Amino acid sequence: MTALSRREWLLTEAPESRRQAAWGRAYRGWLQFRRNKLAMAGLVTVIVLVLAAVFAPLLTLQDPSTQDLAGRLAPPSAQHWLGTDELGRDLYTRLLYGGRVTLGMVIAVVVLVAPVGLAVGTVAGYAGGLADRVLMRVTDIFLAFPRLILALAFVAALKPGVSSAVFAIALTAWPPYARLARAETLTIRNADFISAVRLTGASAGRIVLRHIAPLCVSSLIVRVTLDMSGIILTAAGLGFLGMGAQPPMPEWGTMIAATRGFILQQWWVPTIPGLAIFAASLAFNLLGDGLRDVLDPKRG
Amino acid sequence: MMIEVENLSVRYGTAYAARDVSFSVARGESFGIVGESGSGKSTVLRALAGLNRDWTGTIRVGGETVTPARDRAFFRRVQMVFQDPYGSLHPRQTIDRALSEPLLVHGIKDIETRIAAALTEVALPPSTRFRYPHQLSGGQRQRVAIARALMAGPEVLLLDEPTSALDVSVQAEVLNLLSDLQEKRGLTYILVSHNLAVVSHLCARIGVMQGGEMVEQLTAEDLRAGRTKHPHTEALRRLSVELEETDAQHGKAA
Repeated sequence: MTALSRREWLLTEAPESRRQAAWGRAYRGWLQFRRNKLAMAGLVTVIVLVLAAVFAPLLTLQDPSTQDLAGRLAPPSAQHWLGTDELGRDLYTRLLYGGRVTLGMVIAVVVLVAPVGLAVGTVAGYAGGLADRVLMRVTDIFLAFPRLILALAFVAALKPGVSSAVFAIALTAWPPYARLARAETLTIRNADFISAVRLTGASAGRIVLRHIAPLCVSSLIVRVTLDMSGIILTAAGLGFLGMGAQPPMPEWGTMIAATRGFILQQWWVPTIPGLAIFAASLAFNLLGDGLRDVLDPKRG
Repeated sequence: MMIEVENLSVRYGTAYAARDVSFSVARGESFGIVGESGSGKSTVLRALAGLNRDWTGTIRVGGETVTPARDRAFFRRVQMVFQDPYGSLHPRQTIDRALSEPLLVHGIKDIETRIAAALTEVALPPSTRFRYPHQLSGGQRQRVAIARALMAGPEVLLLDEPTSALDVSVQAEVLNLLSDLQEKRGLTYILVSHNLAVVSHLCARIGVMQGGEMVEQLTAEDLRAGRTKHPHTEALRRLSVELEETDAQHGKAA
């Protein structure tokens, strides 16, 4: 199949199969997304960061925990591309491995949070009545606390570490998604197309899962992508406060925390992981903005 | 009798949206309900369809009394077509998906052939099958909605202003399609509309609603001949005649 005919196959006005219709729809979204230069920059950065984290062992020959106290706090050089930290560990290597921890935490949080928020919100919105009131009051309780404080309290109650940090951030991050999904559900639950499905005799579970949830997913994806920067910052913040990843595990927030005393003399040591956090946050934000333009039905 | 409604009342707070409405429709018959906006005609239809569960009175379908909560068997017998074809189709689902949903819910086999047959039945080209609703015109969408209502082989079709959101030229096509389908399948229709011309085109008997009450029932013939008993029926009739005349005058002027 040549490139042109594949394009025609995707953009046809009269698809011949379910698969073709779905791919055509996705392709149109991609064409629209591609026009947004900033969003593309965000997407590329995110992909590069994820690939760098995944293939960290191939991109560096050094070990992230090997210490060299004689060469501590060295400036960037041919041997240590980004210099070394306070224990003489190679910063470039730690940055790559740190991406695994930080980005891994973010992805774990999202995987935990998005389905929970979606489920709670759509069920509350569609069921209404008592179920709605109970679920939304629980959501309100979680929303009443500042996110970082609540996460700190959870981690302190559990035990500092990556998995409890993920768990704590997830516990504090789901309520906005539930709210969002509920609001979306309320706007569509009385639409005629949902009434029409009810008139087929479909069960409430089927209606929520197959007809309501898919309409909430796109705005949820947008919100999650925009929130990823916030999650990165919370994860890094927990690490910085000693409640997240524990040394010697490389994590961007922990790396800043451990070396913050050297900011005036050896500024690059805490600055480099800071730049990584900045780049990742910004990239996710740009990506989310671009996705909103494509996915959010209310914006055209 | 296919549909019997006795003393159906629907209340919102202290106000009655429908009050002591009674009528019956024979198998294969078309019954029209006319009235102004807010007269309670759509309320009656939604209570009949089971979309509104807060009602009192008696509803019998095929001789069996139905409860506010309906079972799946009810929805195989009774289906509804909505007023707005832009709002009654899921915006993210292809026509194929919309039509297969009733079959999946009722566990009916041969989805492929049934969908193809349904599209032919409502005179839609096969190329529309995998399109999304936004790629179709209003008339085509309403045909899809009719096809979807017919997928599980119902006996009763509740039509809530099925043509009022459509262009005048398309209205006639959809009405003709509905009367063809009725003849072919022996369907029972209850048609709600504010348009007397539409109702008398399709229905032999008509109920007139005002302020939640059914003030008069008469045949389409009596209505056309002006043999009305209730003043509101007469007012609606005169209005519709006047509108037709002004339309005709505009036609001449143009």
